[in-house]
Amino acid sequence: MTGAQTWHEIVLATLKANDVKLVVYVPDRVFTPLIKAIHADGYFTAFSAAREEEALGIVTGAWMGGLRGAVLMQTSGFGTIPNALASLVVPSQIPALIFVSERGTLGEFNLGQAMVCKTMRPVLDSLAVENHTITRLDQLGFIVDRSIKQAVATQAPVTFILSPLLTGGKVFEA
Amino acid sequence: MAVGAHNAKVMNRFELTKRLVGQLKHDEAVVGGIGNANFDLWASGNRPQNFYMLGSMGLAIPIALGVAIAQPKRHVVALEGDGSLLMQLGCLATVGMLKQKNLTMLVWDNGIYQITGGQPTASASAADLVAIGRGSGIANAAWAADEDDFDRLVAVALKDGGPSLIVARIDDKPGVGTTDRDPVRIRANFMAGLGVKR
Repeated sequence: MTGAQTWHEIVLATLKANDVKLVVYVPDRVFTPLIKAIHADGYFTAFSAAREEEALGIVTGAWMGGLRGAVLMQTSGFGTIPNALASLVVPSQIPALIFVSERGTLGEFNLGQAMVCKTMRPVLDSLAVENHTITRLDQLGFIVDRSIKQAVATQAPVTFILSPLLTGGKVFEA
Repeated sequence: MAVGAHNAKVMNRFELTKRLVGQLKHDEAVVGGIGNANFDLWASGNRPQNFYMLGSMGLAIPIALGVAIAQPKRHVVALEGDGSLLMQLGCLATVGMLKQKNLTMLVWDNGIYQITGGQPTASASAADLVAIGRGSGIANAAWAADEDDFDRLVAVALKDGGPSLIVARIDDKPGVGTTDRDPVRIRANFMAGLGVKR
C-alpha cells in the first residue's frame, strides 16, 4: 500500500492486497475515481450490474467458485438489497464485501436520499451485518484490510460506508 | 402467449430437468432458482455441483454468472422460472454485455406464479423471454420446440459457445421433490463440489 494517498487509492490497494479480484458495481458519482482506477487496472475483473441485488448475487456465486468479490453502490442502491442480504448472503454465510458511498447526510440536498440513508444502518444492525462508517483517511486502510480478513475468516459479509467526511461527498451547487 | 413461443410444445419441467442432468458429463455446476425449478432439480438426483437457492428470488442467473466468472473452465447452468426472471430482467443485459461463454440459462415458462397460487405472469400474455434475451445481446436465445429440440439446444450450449438462453414452455404440474433447507450445508456442499476450499 505504499504511495497510496487518496481514499480510492487506498481502497484499490487494499482490495489487491486481499486478493479481491472481482468488482461489481452500480455507478455512483463519488465512487467514479475508484471505479475508473479499478477498470484501468488489469488485476481486476470489473463491470456494472443493472441492479445492486444482482451484483450481490454475482459476488455470491463468485465466492462459491473460489473468487473474492466486492460490490460498490450508493446509499439509495442499498435500499434495494435487504432481501438479497437476508435470504442469500447472510444465511449462506457469504463474505460479500459491500462498499456504500454515503449519500443523505452532511449536506444532502435530496430528501429521497436523506430518508433512505436513515434505513441503512438499522437494516445492517438488524441482520447483524458488520458495518463500519469510515470518516478518516488514516483509518481507512486498517478498517478495510482487517475487515476483509475478518469477513473471510468468519464467513460473514461486511459493509463499508464511506462518509462524505472521507470522500468529499456530492455537493449541491445552487 | 408470447408471440415467439407459438410453435413451442408445452412440456414438463421435471422431465426436462432429468434430460438436462442426463447431459451433464463434466461436473457442470447447476444453480437452481427458488421454488419449483429447485424442487425438480433436487428430485432429479443430488449432485455435489448443484446449488439450491432458498430465497433471493430472481438471483439464479446472477449467482450462476458469478460461478462462471470464477471458474471459466467449468460450464454453469442456471435454472429459473418465468416469474423469477421477470423480477430481475436486468441480469440478461449484464449477461449480454459480458458474453460469458460457459454460461447457460434455462428458463421454465408456464405463464404463472405457480407456487404462490397460479397468478398469471406477464409472459403468459405478452412478454417474450427469448426476444428479451436477444434484445439484451444474447444471440444464442431460443425457444425449445419440443423435447428433442431441448436436448439439442442443451448439447450445443454445454460446448461453451454461450452465453445461451433456452426457454421451455412447461405445464403447471407441481415440483416433484422438496429441497433440503439448510443454506449453510447447501453452500458448503456446493463449494466442495466445485473443488473450492475456503
